[in-house]
Amino acid sequence: MLVPLSWLKEYVDVNVSAEELEKKLFSCGFEVEELKEVGKDVSNVVVGYVEECEPIPETHLHVCKVNAGSHGTFQVCCGADNVQAGGKYPVALVGASVYATAKDHKTVEGVMTIKKGKLRGYDSEGMLCSGVELGVSEDMFPGAGYNGLLVLPEDAEVGADVKPILGLDDYVFDVSITANRPDCQSILGLAREVAAVLDLPLKEPSYEYHETDVKKDGFTVSVSAPELCPRYIGHYVYDVQIGESPLWMKRRLALVGQSSISNIVDITNYVMLEQGQPMHAFDSEYIEGNAICVRRAGEGEKITTLDEQEYTLNPNNLVICDGVKPVALAGVMGGLNSEIRDTTKAVLFESAKFARDNIRKTARALGKRTDASAKYEKGVDEYSTVHAMKRALHLIEELGCGKVSSTHLDVNTGNSIKPWEMKVSIQKVNDVLGIEVPTQDVLHILSNLNFAPEVNGDELKIHVPAYREDMDSYPDVAEEVIRMYGYEHVKPTFMPDALVTTGGMNAKQRRELKLKKDLCTTGAYECIHYSFFSPSDLDLLRLPKSAPERRAIKILNPINEELSLMRTTLAASMLNAISRNQKKGNLSGRLYEIGKKFIAKELPLTDYPDERETLCIGIFGEKESFFTLKGMAQKVAESLYVKFDYVPGKVSFLHPYQTATIVCNGTEIGYLGKVAYPVAEKLDLRTDAYLLEIDLKTLGTLPAGKASFEPLPKFPGESRDLALVMSKEITCGQVEDCIQKNCQYVKGIKLFDKYEGAPIPPTKKSMAFTIDFVPGQEPFEADSVDHFVKKILKNLKNQLDIDLRS
Amino acid sequence: MSERFDEIKQEILDGIGGLASSKAVYEFKKQFLDSKAGKIGLLMKEMKNIAPEERASFGKGVNDLKEWAQQRFTDLDEMIKAKELERRYEQEKIDVTEPGEEMKSGNLHPITQMRNEIIDVFSGMGFEVFENKEIENDYYNFTALNTPKDHPARDMQDTFYLSPEFLLATQTSAAQIHTMEAKKPPIKILCPGKVFRSDDDATHSPMFHQMEGLVVDKKITLCDLKGMLDVFVQKIYGEGTTTRLRPSYFPFTEPSVEVDVSCFECGGKGCKLCKGTGWIEILGAGIVNRKVLQNCGIDPDEYSGLAFGIGLERATMLKYGINNIKLLFESDIKVLEQIDNN
Repeated sequence: MLVPLSWLKEYVDVNVSAEELEKKLFSCGFEVEELKEVGKDVSNVVVGYVEECEPIPETHLHVCKVNAGSHGTFQVCCGADNVQAGGKYPVALVGASVYATAKDHKTVEGVMTIKKGKLRGYDSEGMLCSGVELGVSEDMFPGAGYNGLLVLPEDAEVGADVKPILGLDDYVFDVSITANRPDCQSILGLAREVAAVLDLPLKEPSYEYHETDVKKDGFTVSVSAPELCPRYIGHYVYDVQIGESPLWMKRRLALVGQSSISNIVDITNYVMLEQGQPMHAFDSEYIEGNAICVRRAGEGEKITTLDEQEYTLNPNNLVICDGVKPVALAGVMGGLNSEIRDTTKAVLFESAKFARDNIRKTARALGKRTDASAKYEKGVDEYSTVHAMKRALHLIEELGCGKVSSTHLDVNTGNSIKPWEMKVSIQKVNDVLGIEVPTQDVLHILSNLNFAPEVNGDELKIHVPAYREDMDSYPDVAEEVIRMYGYEHVKPTFMPDALVTTGGMNAKQRRELKLKKDLCTTGAYECIHYSFFSPSDLDLLRLPKSAPERRAIKILNPINEELSLMRTTLAASMLNAISRNQKKGNLSGRLYEIGKKFIAKELPLTDYPDERETLCIGIFGEKESFFTLKGMAQKVAESLYVKFDYVPGKVSFLHPYQTATIVCNGTEIGYLGKVAYPVAEKLDLRTDAYLLEIDLKTLGTLPAGKASFEPLPKFPGESRDLALVMSKEITCGQVEDCIQKNCQYVKGIKLFDKYEGAPIPPTKKSMAFTIDFVPGQEPFEADSVDHFVKKILKNLKNQLDIDLRS
Repeated sequence: MSERFDEIKQEILDGIGGLASSKAVYEFKKQFLDSKAGKIGLLMKEMKNIAPEERASFGKGVNDLKEWAQQRFTDLDEMIKAKELERRYEQEKIDVTEPGEEMKSGNLHPITQMRNEIIDVFSGMGFEVFENKEIENDYYNFTALNTPKDHPARDMQDTFYLSPEFLLATQTSAAQIHTMEAKKPPIKILCPGKVFRSDDDATHSPMFHQMEGLVVDKKITLCDLKGMLDVFVQKIYGEGTTTRLRPSYFPFTEPSVEVDVSCFECGGKGCKLCKGTGWIEILGAGIVNRKVLQNCGIDPDEYSGLAFGIGLERATMLKYGINNIKLLFESDIKVLEQIDNN
């Protein structure tokens, strides 16, 4: 919210610098996002008196003798058409800074420094300035909008700084107002806080006005949707003379970026800015049926707003109607049909309170957010509703632009705007803070905030102003006290009365962290990807129409289509990450993510979905293979103290013959394999990539071992290398199983060589294994291991038709 | 006989000069000291030809000669071995400026590292870790946290909806409610989690991480919040770091504060990082709103609490000087490899 210092001073005699006020506001809960000095870019511009002014032949220029008082008298060349001897204009001295304009003399193109110069052979020491060059608009100073010199008043003191004269010595605070303080969404509201924090009185603006005996006969106001409009005040003003607003009002509006339209419209805007209450003025001539009715819109009912946009409404929207038709979209914008015109002779002012939720929904649904709707969404209190009307009527009289009738209609659901009493224990307030704030300070602070506190022993009675809708119980009082008393009084303590608790991660969290760290040791980097993905990712994964992964939970209001589904697999994000890396020239690497996939029990959601922790590993590069990834899978199994089995599997986006399903305790828990070529091609991958996904949630339910110590064997073991010849169909796993099953002393089997080709028959292959035998309680006999080998070979022959390579 | 001894001595002295390798020394030494065929050994066999009265001195002479010879050969051997070793070392000379072999290990994600660091600090203070849901319902995310349907604070967060009732968690605070429903005081919990808001630019990501902290016990005060956070920032940002509380607003705490930490870059003097203010905003906190306790069946007259929420992206970016939030989610190996596990 923009707050000009000069406007604030209307209500508080601010006695500190703008910078100091910024700090004070910050300390009591109002962060100043920006403190703008209005004339920041303008310096060394003073009142100049043109003593002589001669035209330069064959040009539009004049050469002037400019008296700048104590700064001296200079020769200045000037191209403006309104320069004349005897005039007073702003003169930028050599070294001054002003705005540079384009050739049109209107468009600001930056800031420039004035230097000595020569024009058509004439020395020029300085520049006579226009309003634009000083950043002053017509609304801020009359005549400043002229495309020529800004004419200063005759009584301006020669040589004096022009900034105070033009209102450039001002500051505008851009204050951020928290959602609990809608009462501070106005200059006056903030002024109350400023008065409190500076310990100064608040000068309330005048709310006085005089009603004439004139009445708008038979005029009625009714509210048929009181749940959406708890208060509606209308007042009829006649003998209206539409005209310009006074300079002080135009200047204030200009400082907050509002252009002046006409006195009546300006009053509504001014009151909204001052009081925080949106106001509306209807041209009474266009109000048909001598009535105002606040009701829900009919289905399909239409309204054209002031900005000439037509909207089709429904009963969720609230409209202000006359006896016949809608004349305003409540809380958002007035209707075009009843807008204030140059010819307006009588006006109906509206000051109303609307339900904030309803205004928000309407503004959202229609995509129409206005200053008024923004105020209503944050909350407008009825105190302001009442006071804003009074203030508007006062301004009508002050500006002399109309007469206040005695037709005042007030539809009220019965809320009081009187302060309400609240009693709290001083001890409880201090208990929230943890410090003892001296009672006289508590009283002083609360009294500055208009709570009219009274104290009786431990009981503190306060009178909460109606605009403080945020006040509820003693913690609110504690907050009021401490933000004014100062948070620097809060001293660090460490829960002296609290019970001891034991902290730390649980077993599952520790296991997950260990897994992450173990994966790092394989050279893999942890990634975090968005929990949402794109419908096109499902196609990238070539998932069939019936695939469960396609039953993804949809986000109703996604940022875009790409981020519109909750992930049902982590594979797509990983593939995209690999693709991004390769595009950046990272042609090899290992990545992993532990994240959740979301499985809906039913769609649309009626219950919490299943959030399944899932591990996804993606590796890529020339040195990677199915088996390097399988090595990482083994690392996962070791980390979690489980055993994985691998069986050939099929996954829609992986290589049909380089894919395995990962099984643990008979339960399928994931897959690993090489990324299928069409998928890799679609992602422009330049090297092979491999992917693994494991459902950690399921895995967590399966029995697992733990780190334990096994005594080292008492007796030395022995190893044998066996080269075996077998049918090409036989897998390594089958051979290992067969060997393992046939000898309890086998403690390790490791494939160390594979061979096909002569002299092995073409239908066969050779695989060579190192087998480790470890004795139990007794040492091996001299020929024990030979017996084991014999038995193993016999069983390999019988069960798998495997021979020892000769 | 002593001439014989001298001859052998001379023979050895003449011979060893030309020996260049351990092997040659060994072969030459064998000619004299081999227990069976060595020339000195053979002398002993002549004992029988020596007059008995001279045998003792002959035996001593042979032994002296043997010892002398052994000493010569040992010295020689050592010298040659030293030379050989020298030669071997020279042959194995390497260029030590060539690169070492790469020991590749990956890193935890910077956010995970920050998360672990914070968990470590608060675990020591007795905080348990609870994980939050990513998909929440309206009640836990808003209503129970004192943010009813028409509350303007709902506008503070642009929510992703999945159905009229279910949404993506906009804050980890929902975990407060789940915890307090399941567990009665004393409560000290940390809830790290992913949260979502409909915001997407250089400083906002539609998904980000928060860490919620909650304490509920008897007589918990704003001073306790300050004391706890002071310890926290000192552990994370270094001794001498302090906090500054200033008023703010969250529906689920009252009073609510923003917590700034004294700039760890300039020590509070004012620099680019802290935009000249000497302070950096790091988290929001406050005293748990009575209504929130009530909503969870905890008597707010008996118990009070404090809560805080830390944005992990911001903390991480500040710590490592990462300038764009998107870098945290793009999985660029060139980025990830820079932030080593700590």
